[in-house]
Amino acid sequence: MTLTSDISVGNPAAGAELRLTVTDTIELTPTVRHVRLAEPSGRALPSFTPGSHIVVTCGTGPDGRPRRNSYSLTGPAFEPDHYAISVRLEESGRGGSQWIHDLRVGDRVSIGTPRSAFAPVLTARHHLLVAGGIGITPILSHVRAAVQWDRSFEVHYVFRGGDGAHLDELQQLCGNGLHLHTRRDEFRERMGAVLSNQPIGTHLYACGPASLIDELTEQARGAGWPDARVHYEHFGIGDLEPGEPFTAHLARRDVDVHVESGVSLLEALESRGIAVPNLCRQGVCGECRLPVVDGVVDHRDLYLSAAEKEAGECLMPCVSRATGSRLELDL
Amino acid sequence: MSTTLDLTVRDASIELPDRITRFPFPFVRDTYRYSTNVEPAGSHVETAAGGWGRHPVDIDGHYFDELAERERILAADSTRFQSLPHMEIAQWNAMVTLMQMLVDAYPQTFVLEQDGATRRFVNRALGVEQAFVFGDRSTLPEPPLRFIGRHIQEDVVLLDQREDALWGDAGLVTFAADWSLRFDVGMSFLQIHGPVPRVHVEGVIPRAQHFLMGLQAGQRYRRTNWSLSVDRRLDQSTETYPEWGRDRRLLAEGPLEDVGRRLYLRVEVQHLVRLGVSGAIMFLIRSHLLSFEDIARVPEWSERLHRVLDELPEDMAEYKGITRTRGPGLRWLRTYGGVRP
Repeated sequence: MTLTSDISVGNPAAGAELRLTVTDTIELTPTVRHVRLAEPSGRALPSFTPGSHIVVTCGTGPDGRPRRNSYSLTGPAFEPDHYAISVRLEESGRGGSQWIHDLRVGDRVSIGTPRSAFAPVLTARHHLLVAGGIGITPILSHVRAAVQWDRSFEVHYVFRGGDGAHLDELQQLCGNGLHLHTRRDEFRERMGAVLSNQPIGTHLYACGPASLIDELTEQARGAGWPDARVHYEHFGIGDLEPGEPFTAHLARRDVDVHVESGVSLLEALESRGIAVPNLCRQGVCGECRLPVVDGVVDHRDLYLSAAEKEAGECLMPCVSRATGSRLELDL
Repeated sequence: MSTTLDLTVRDASIELPDRITRFPFPFVRDTYRYSTNVEPAGSHVETAAGGWGRHPVDIDGHYFDELAERERILAADSTRFQSLPHMEIAQWNAMVTLMQMLVDAYPQTFVLEQDGATRRFVNRALGVEQAFVFGDRSTLPEPPLRFIGRHIQEDVVLLDQREDALWGDAGLVTFAADWSLRFDVGMSFLQIHGPVPRVHVEGVIPRAQHFLMGLQAGQRYRRTNWSLSVDRRLDQSTETYPEWGRDRRLLAEGPLEDVGRRLYLRVEVQHLVRLGVSGAIMFLIRSHLLSFEDIARVPEWSERLHRVLDELPEDMAEYKGITRTRGPGLRWLRTYGGVRP
């Protein structure tokens, strides 16, 4: 039985667009804003695994095209009555975070259904959760689930003094399983000891800026942690430079797609009605990989290996661009 | 017997019973090979006799019989339910998802209401009412997956996704076709399918696993699988092999005219659903049995079944456990089933 069918009956909401309403906004710190979104009818929203994110359409960019950012969900995960995100204002970004910071209660927001790319490993004996700055957002949903399902866990949270989002809630949820750090050097030293002192079967989950993750995974490797027990999610890819405009030539269709500065190749393809499978839109998951026929790639992702980047035969269009003015793709 | 049957085949004015019109006849061409044959769930499939496929949970005229059979099997062998400790959340997730599926498919029979944290599930057909709080084990009389298993005709396996693989870490399986949940529990998807011939060279199983691992929350797909079985026997698990294994030989050695009544085409309609909060894949297996005698009442089916069985390579027949019964089945279809080869 290999019928092909376009009917997506019985696939409720999977990959669908939801139109939600802002029900609440809270300034958590001078730079972080918490926003709650709900169905106007109050109906339950699709459940998600801890660490999931949603892709939010943050208005339109200067080129008149939709701007899309992914944000981790911080609230309850089972048939929730709202989705919650906490967004740090990126002064040098593409304007998406500014758009979120300008939202008011009652505004309508378009989002995609939650995507799971940073889920807890349920067989773990102990969950070592590490967050740097706004990287606390996916960790918060991990903590919620760990408390509800009685999993063994501890949290290490490093942030700039005065800029620790969700501190009160974390203290309530974690009790004495919460360890706070406001100095990176102190934190590094402390993590060295923590990593070499875990029970067998512990899994490490880290979310934060690339420098913190690189450091931490390096430390973990040095302490003998197998890669399968180390999970991380980068954030801050939104701070990528907008890049120079270029043209992508689609060899199979014989079509030119122009990619403006501040618009990703993926977004440019989508706006021309060309669907590319994608998940994180941040260059970490590997879902949107495209084959390159010709041209030099400016690889800005964290997914491809150094050798793959060197070969230049593929790129991740969600973040990577052309080094020159033109790229040819096998599309 | 053969003559009356032939008359029936040719008399289109006689209405076919539900067990035939609703049967998910699995063959769309004259040959059968393994493939990653998945399609989105929920669409209605038309067959030569009727159709199937509207709902992922499917209740039919065998509902009470099959649930009674399930109760009997579970009472006799509690290992037909398995759940590794980390699958608690997946069990709850599966239970509530199945309850909702039942309500969506049969709103007259099932109710799922919510009042704050408390939910109430009602099955009017069985006269069961159960209030519970999601995740609170003290509010249910038994593990969630076993609880909901008493309300559906489907077998259920729950697959956990981790380490870039899927693991069959929980299940309620009373109607296995020649396999054992107790043996398979805790194995990876690739290990579970280790004994299947041909698929490893062709990459069917890794492809299927890759596809499943890419499913997003709420997505539902389905596929069918099939074999032959002697008598209307749902429980053909490895544990009870001594009770059913020799029937295949006895049928082959017995009189040919008995074959139409005793040999069944067994079709599994399998649904694959990504659960939201646990991230597990719920694998539903619904087994349908239809005798060769009934199949012969739909000429398109008997012709095609004959061609498929006749052409099926020996190694595939061996794995499906039909090497003994295929010959008698083919002979019966030609002798009594109206098939002219």
